[in-house]
Amino acid sequence: MSDEANKGLLSPLRRKLLMGMAAVPAITMLPRGAFAQAPATSAVNTTGLAVTDTEVTVGILHSATGTMAISETGSIQAEKLAIEQINAAGGVLGRKIKFIQEDGASDWPTFAEKAKKLLVNDKVAAIMGCWTSASRKAVLPVVEQYNGMLYYPTFYEGLEQSKNVIYTGQEATQQILAGLNWIAKEKGAKSFFFIGSDYIWPRTSNKIARKHVENVLKGKVVGEEYYPLGNTQFNSVINKIKLTKPDVIFTDVVGGSNVAFYKQLKAAGIDLSKQALLTISVTEDEIDGIGGENIAGAYACMKYFQSLDNANNKAFVSAFKKMWGEKTVIGDVTQAAYLGPWLWKLTVEKAGSFDVDKIAAASPGVEFKGAPEGYVRIHENHHLWSKTRVGRAKLDGQFELIYETADLVEPDPFPKGYQ
Amino acid sequence: MFGDYSLGDLGSIFVMQGFAGLILFSVYVLMALGLAIIFGQMGVINMAHGEFMILGAYVTWMTSNFFQAYLPSLFAGYFFLAMILAFLASGALGMLVEWALIRHLYKRPLDTLLATWGLSLMLQQAYRSVFGAREVGVELPQWMLGSLHVTDSIEVPINGVFVMCLTVLITIGVAYVLYMSRWGRQVRAVVQNRIMAGAVGINTEKVDRLTFGLGCGIAGVAGSAFTMIGSTGPTSGQLYIVDTFLVVVFGGAASLLGTIASAFSISQTQSTLEFFMSGSMAKVLTLLAVVGILMLRPQGLFALKVRK
Repeated sequence: MSDEANKGLLSPLRRKLLMGMAAVPAITMLPRGAFAQAPATSAVNTTGLAVTDTEVTVGILHSATGTMAISETGSIQAEKLAIEQINAAGGVLGRKIKFIQEDGASDWPTFAEKAKKLLVNDKVAAIMGCWTSASRKAVLPVVEQYNGMLYYPTFYEGLEQSKNVIYTGQEATQQILAGLNWIAKEKGAKSFFFIGSDYIWPRTSNKIARKHVENVLKGKVVGEEYYPLGNTQFNSVINKIKLTKPDVIFTDVVGGSNVAFYKQLKAAGIDLSKQALLTISVTEDEIDGIGGENIAGAYACMKYFQSLDNANNKAFVSAFKKMWGEKTVIGDVTQAAYLGPWLWKLTVEKAGSFDVDKIAAASPGVEFKGAPEGYVRIHENHHLWSKTRVGRAKLDGQFELIYETADLVEPDPFPKGYQ
Repeated sequence: MFGDYSLGDLGSIFVMQGFAGLILFSVYVLMALGLAIIFGQMGVINMAHGEFMILGAYVTWMTSNFFQAYLPSLFAGYFFLAMILAFLASGALGMLVEWALIRHLYKRPLDTLLATWGLSLMLQQAYRSVFGAREVGVELPQWMLGSLHVTDSIEVPINGVFVMCLTVLITIGVAYVLYMSRWGRQVRAVVQNRIMAGAVGINTEKVDRLTFGLGCGIAGVAGSAFTMIGSTGPTSGQLYIVDTFLVVVFGGAASLLGTIASAFSISQTQSTLEFFMSGSMAKVLTLLAVVGILMLRPQGLFALKVRK
């Protein structure tokens, strides 16, 4: 990854030159060493995927238009960056990655249709894609039927596991439990007020959080409220929060509602430097819209923050900004999306094959030491071992890392005692 | 549920809850006014209403950026200029749309629904291409943030007060223009009988264009004001469109008073219910009540008697 670190700092021209130079040895070696460099296509591709002697095709399937474009743009950017970097470093099994990008258009049946197109017509070796649980649920039967491989980046509610999916984000227990433990210990929090948007992810997450608060932390949930997606008025619930005076406000409000919620919280005189608020739905991406001054002081429970201080992350952030502009911010899911192509490459190399069955079998135990969040490893259940971190929002829209678990947290998509 | 709280606590919560209802009321009136003019006076179902609002929000965002970069000393007052610019931008776009699209469809009111819906999709994608898919954060001057400290437990959000004042001003302005001015009389004449109005020398095309522009302009101001309480993104307009239509239809099209009465009853029901149950349930019950009343009174709360 240290090569990657340097790469981000070079000028584009010099980078191109270097890439060209990197290709020179491969060309000169072709007559003698071609076989050793890039194994024969017939050997690494027994199921008719779009793999040639020089190229392998993958699909990118996100919403570039529609409501979800707000969130999914970052994922698309991260995946393209990862693919470019992998290609610059020599590709996968000696083959350059070519991608076909399809637009799910924030519409779940469209996601399923495009996934089918990518797998059946384009024969892509893997799909990096989906964002909302709804889109994943729509795509899941397709990738299972046509035996594709999906790398899914978003933190989600869990309760799912598939041979054909690698979940590079956190499932609910990985995201929530450590954060609740921390805030209970650090702030002596006993009473919690839950507020979320009304759909499966917040409801499942809050269910897990409630069990944990009541059974493990021996605290009390003094309120649990849900508002329709897109709701813009939160004054009533803010009054309820004022009345119940919880130690911690625990939120999983999403989308445009998020912005309204924090603006109105601030306007109602709730000072987040005194009132503890723990969110599992706000990343740097969302703060762009909310405004740093409206959310400064809030705690977010994630596995990645743009401000993480390690060499991998610094290289990643500078490469990302170089490719997509100085002003872009990188949130938790964007980083998880970046892991997708890399994990796939590492798995293909471990399996020595592009075949989906072999990749699915080889995935458990694959490690990625160059991850911006630090070391990650794929678990038998196709989720990632990763750390849970708590950050505190600052005025400039970045998070300051406050706490991280000492060890990697085991993914547990079907948590016992929490259902 | 109130057993655990002291009387003082409860009192102040009821005050604040009442205030929350009033804020919701102003928000509803503000977002519905523009549509009430267009739908009520012209019979055009403008599905792109939300996008005209968001244009106002983007104008506010650009103004705020401009002031931060070039006139930081005047930043505290930029919002007023932003609202005027938002009115002009949305109004101008509205007049352009009326000229290019709507005027060809006056005899086919249901087609305007489809056409303006298409327009809303085009505008959304245009915003996405120009301003980016991500939401933008509109920075507000310091004095507009936070709350007024009335007593230890009663705090009144400043942005709420601001929206309320703005709503009152704009409502008075619209009422004056529609019911007192010469131009308003022309608008009402065209609504009641287009052919006769034309026959007595009213330039009905010009009246139509100005009415549509005014409606869109007010939507722009509403969008500008809502940057204080909500999000600004390419699809944020969609957050308001359902509630807006609900208020206008429930109030009875063509009636300004109806719009206000309907906004008041819906907002009070909503915010009272929200306090006693969860937000989603409150919404369900409010909508059920509206559906029930509309079944009994299809013309809405207040209906203008027009010769058919």
